[in-house]
Amino acid sequence: MPDYTLKIRRSDPARGVAAHWEAHTVTLRERASVLDAILELKGERDGSIGIRCSCQQGICGSCGVRINGRPGLACNTHLEEAAARRPAWGTAGGTDAGTPDDRDRSIVNGNLIEVEPLGNMPVIRDLIVDMDAVHWKKIRRITPWLLGAEPVPEREYIVAHDAMVDVTQSMACIQCGACVSDCLSMEVDPEFVGPAALAKAYRFVGDPRDAAQRERLHDLSHDPHGLYDCTHCFNCMDACPKGVAPVSQIMRLRRIAGSDHTIVDPNNGYRHEHAFVRNIRRNGLLHEADLLPDSYGGKLHPRAIPELISSLPTVLTALLRGKVTPAKALGHPHKAPAAVRRLFDVIGAREQRIELNLYVAGIEDEPLRAPRTDEPTPLHLHPPEEADA
Amino acid sequence: MSAVPSHDVLIIGAGLAGQRAALAAAGTGATVGIVSKVHPVRSHSVAAAGGINAALNPDDTWESHAYDTIKGSDYLGDQDAIEIMCRAAPEEILWLEHAGVTFHRDHTGHLGTRAFGGASAARTYYVADITGQAILHVLYEQLMKHHEQLARYEEWFTTDLLQDDEGRCVGAVCRNLRDGRLEVFNAKSTILACGGAGQVYEPTTNGLIVTGDGIAQAYRLGARLMDMEMVQYHPTCLAGNGILITEGARGEGAWLLNAKGERFMERYAPNKLELASRDVVSRAEQTEINEGRGFPDGTVALDITKVPRQRTLEALREIVNIGRDFAGVDITREPIRIRPGQHYVMGGVKTDADGRTTIPGLYAAGEVACVSVHGGNRLGANSLLDTLIFGRRAGEHAASLQRQIPMPKTPAARALETERRIAAIIARDKRPGYRRVAQIKAELGASMNEHVAVFRDAAGLQTAHETIRRLKQEEPRAAIDDSGSVFNQDVIAAIELGYMLDVAEAIVVAAKERKESRGAQFRTDFPKRNDEDWLKHVDISRNGDATPNVSYSPVTITRWQPQERTY
Repeated sequence: MPDYTLKIRRSDPARGVAAHWEAHTVTLRERASVLDAILELKGERDGSIGIRCSCQQGICGSCGVRINGRPGLACNTHLEEAAARRPAWGTAGGTDAGTPDDRDRSIVNGNLIEVEPLGNMPVIRDLIVDMDAVHWKKIRRITPWLLGAEPVPEREYIVAHDAMVDVTQSMACIQCGACVSDCLSMEVDPEFVGPAALAKAYRFVGDPRDAAQRERLHDLSHDPHGLYDCTHCFNCMDACPKGVAPVSQIMRLRRIAGSDHTIVDPNNGYRHEHAFVRNIRRNGLLHEADLLPDSYGGKLHPRAIPELISSLPTVLTALLRGKVTPAKALGHPHKAPAAVRRLFDVIGAREQRIELNLYVAGIEDEPLRAPRTDEPTPLHLHPPEEADA
Repeated sequence: MSAVPSHDVLIIGAGLAGQRAALAAAGTGATVGIVSKVHPVRSHSVAAAGGINAALNPDDTWESHAYDTIKGSDYLGDQDAIEIMCRAAPEEILWLEHAGVTFHRDHTGHLGTRAFGGASAARTYYVADITGQAILHVLYEQLMKHHEQLARYEEWFTTDLLQDDEGRCVGAVCRNLRDGRLEVFNAKSTILACGGAGQVYEPTTNGLIVTGDGIAQAYRLGARLMDMEMVQYHPTCLAGNGILITEGARGEGAWLLNAKGERFMERYAPNKLELASRDVVSRAEQTEINEGRGFPDGTVALDITKVPRQRTLEALREIVNIGRDFAGVDITREPIRIRPGQHYVMGGVKTDADGRTTIPGLYAAGEVACVSVHGGNRLGANSLLDTLIFGRRAGEHAASLQRQIPMPKTPAARALETERRIAAIIARDKRPGYRRVAQIKAELGASMNEHVAVFRDAAGLQTAHETIRRLKQEEPRAAIDDSGSVFNQDVIAAIELGYMLDVAEAIVVAAKERKESRGAQFRTDFPKRNDEDWLKHVDISRNGDATPNVSYSPVTITRWQPQERTY
């Protein structure tokens, strides 16, 4: 039975106990989870370790924590898988995390597991964070209940099979807070509605029974901390233990807002996104100098002029540092290769916008075992039928 | 909060039964408080996977649903209550659908069904294999929507039920886990909706929070328990950790195979095969294992590769993840090893069809209660239905009292009594030699799983009972570490241990009492069903600290006379 060095980030602000690392050695059977290890410690050594947990099967959403720098559920993260991750030096490796030698040895041996509370939320104690103050507050922000279309039918609403399977992807969210923990936008703007609440919003916007699709999208688009505050870092997609892919739901909300309802947000997010897509389609690589004016309707557009002026300091700095040259800025040598144009054509030709929903489009043909970070994920560009054959 | 919280209806537990009761009570205009030791969406209803039964299709009938339920119960279910549940089921499904549950649609856009065990028609409505989660989260959406009528006390642990001089339940004392503060809650009526007691067993499919709190609290107040011997072992649980593989897998066409590759259900239930009722399938598996036809790790195989892969990925996605994460198996490509595991308690606090217990002012609904609609064995996908129908009925009935009686006024100082008890737990001796809460709990779980499982006999039950009596002696000394007030989970675990021991004793005493085999109770020393002597409920009530009292109540039979039960 392998043994692990388990470091738990502990704190008890109510009793003035500041955050510190506490190291334990645990020996557990193969395939034991990080939660198994913590429960073993709680049961046998120190019952005061605070962690929310219940189902132990990845469905109740209680045990969201950061494990070696990555957010997830303690109950469905295996010790061996966790230890294979490189501990996050920036976040978890404080000076109190043991001597560098200890730490190095543990990392080399592949048995160091550092568990700390989720980010972006205040810590109540040990691994327990204040979900209500952040996560649930944001959920409540998006009017999180169905505003059913009238008249309410005598029996069920008639809804296409695929539409219901589609919203089931966001319904699969267990409200664990893993995505909220590592949302970079929320770190910068704590008011950002955030990935979990926006995924929840898609659960209603994508639900054909909801009568307030436009109102919901208008509301979220016009909120300066809303739909367009996401910067597509994809941390939420990596974090989610249930495949909800919040960033995909955010992108779909944007497309429905822009394309179906022509909601142009005052934050200029919609125009920027379209300018970006056009830019890539044309150039294959991003042509920075065109992006900004295009986002505001072109260089001569009245909206663009103040933006361009306000961007001058950034442009000057970029010039000074050699990040752009006048030649490159004015004439972009790239033309999009045929493969890029083909991608646009293929995706654009699809009748339904389901390509981001693996519940509908997807047979994920990934190998069905826990992914390891130390090997590259194979990319499947062939269609699922071929992959399955 | 300066004023003592007072509500017309106080609900303890915020799973499906509790949330449904809260919405129903609030809908009548009553003021409602709902208390839960975890955030409502963490409640164990979230783990219900396969679906919810209702005879909603035009070619199905509630009578057929009722008959299947009665036969499934091995004729121990009360037929009047079962009729109420099955008649109300279609309307409840539509209520949920209108509230926003994303039920599976067929290719015409109407609600679609899947097959489930013990049912003569495909009448299980579902959301992939996250039906419980989908319904629970939608009810919580409704709780947020109706927040003005509904006060939520999330992460508050109920320590005591309060009783006035006439014996009426008048509220509860609860501890805010966030800061350790105790509060007296006044209520004209109180509804227990805090789930079953799976943690009495190890392993179990149930979450760590499922510790029999409500059953024990009602029992300590003097309420009668019923059908406690009826503990369901689910046929398909993972070997090591007891994690559940939904019955939906067999509903979608998966086979059970022994180590020789035989589809052994052909010998036990030639008509329904894998979709016989759960007690029948679990016994068949255990027989295969006991007679040497299982795998060396004490399992048989569930072959989900019989289900088309695309269908598995769409409709059984959660167990694809479970197979991968908890057993290292791709269920779409190879069979997975499973065995019977503790899953559900059919018994609980005895109630009538309006949720009333034998204590005035105290109601119960959901797994904590025993109406009894499940009798000796619950059909798959009937538990969600039970929680919702009887949750709603309890909520409505409890709310109807609000105009008739004044608000009770238990002095806030009553909390001091609980305060002293908690202080005493924290002050317990930590001398070496005193075992810890987790160790006592582990011994209890192992003993129950060994002696009070699929097959039982007098000697094993006696051994388990003696173990429980010994652990009850030891429990008041069980050592804990935490002396803090913020999220002191140690104190809660110590209190829960006492609850679990009370529930375990009730289970064992009832199992010893019933000297026949019916439903989930199979006595190898009394292997036949005996309607002449045992077509009756075993009731358990508290007798101080001594072995509980046993009494009986009749089974209500309306139109379905007991018959021999074959699948």
